[in-house]
Amino acid sequence: MFFPISGAHISPIYLVIVGFLVGILGGFFGVGGSFIAGPALRLVGLDWNFAVGTDLAHIVGKSVVAAKRHRALGNVDLRLGLIMAIGTIVGAEAGAQLIQMLKRAGNVNLIVSIVAIVVYLSISAFMLWESQKTLRSQKRRSSKEKVKTGIAKRDKSAFGPTTRAIQRLKIWPMISLPTSGVKAISLWMILLVAFVGGVFGGFLGGGAGYIRMPSMVYVLGIPTHLAVGTDLFEIIISASYGTFTHAIKGNVDILIALVMHTGAAIGAQIGAISTQYFAGPKIRLAFVPLPLIGAAIVIYTLFTGHKL
Amino acid sequence: MKAKTRRTLRAFAIELGIYALLVTGYFFLVLHLLGGWLYGLEVHHRYTYAGVAILLIIGQAVVLESVTTFLLRLIGGRSE
Repeated sequence: MFFPISGAHISPIYLVIVGFLVGILGGFFGVGGSFIAGPALRLVGLDWNFAVGTDLAHIVGKSVVAAKRHRALGNVDLRLGLIMAIGTIVGAEAGAQLIQMLKRAGNVNLIVSIVAIVVYLSISAFMLWESQKTLRSQKRRSSKEKVKTGIAKRDKSAFGPTTRAIQRLKIWPMISLPTSGVKAISLWMILLVAFVGGVFGGFLGGGAGYIRMPSMVYVLGIPTHLAVGTDLFEIIISASYGTFTHAIKGNVDILIALVMHTGAAIGAQIGAISTQYFAGPKIRLAFVPLPLIGAAIVIYTLFTGHKL
Repeated sequence: MKAKTRRTLRAFAIELGIYALLVTGYFFLVLHLLGGWLYGLEVHHRYTYAGVAILLIIGQAVVLESVTTFLLRLIGGRSE
């Protein structure tokens, strides 16, 4: 099928399948999945700038479907999502500026690659340690407790004491997040988490969901299911902003995004509904390979010089 | 549990069928008709194109989600 905007010939079936796979990941983990969709679009010959911009457009659509489904399941904290969107957009701009500075210094690729590898490996290692420790302690505490819908959302984390210490920091203004079960937390802490996620998004590319979702759980103390749903809601706003800025630069082929999204829409629903059947620590454990895939792609790019 | 799994699988099968129809519709009608117009917008009116692009993808998402949810409720296959 010929797509006139990007001038690419791509099989629509391929696009639907890629969208479907990325949709499942997005719905289940609350990530954009650009580390898979980007290389998948590159693989069929789409230029890098179109791959990035088009992927963002498709992420908007997929996140709308997944966030709607998560909202129906009670997994979206609108107040938190709106605050985080502000921090993410500011952070993304800062990350993009940082890239420009490094470009001028002439060593952007090496620095970005090393930072990305360290960040991805750290997240994976930390989440593997934390989720396994939490699952072990839960097993000891009540071996008879079965994972049902209600129980699955009652989230426990081995990192809980640190999270509670962060929540106790009294930096005005303090706000409450009743939907997420957080009585009081500094607004600045939420903005900081979103800002850091945004910086990494602007710096490393993509939505940086694999940084923001764990940060929401471990730093802000948001239950995993709500972190997934709220992150998706937040992605709608920040990815729409990214789509707009990329589109005015001529980096978006919306026709490709629309075709991809027909697959992503089913995948996102399957992923979102599946979260009901898993407890928070199990979702976090299943999340571990995602940043590793991101790290593997960066390592491949670093050693071969081919950008996937 | 088995009945629930069967219902869920049936719901997914119906969703897949609906989506297959929608995708086919997109390939042969909507994309074909919109392609030239969107290409023109992208070349001559970038800001309008950017706005239309976001509206299209959000519109498609809302419509796809709403239609399937409505149909599945009608059939009674959704297991949530």
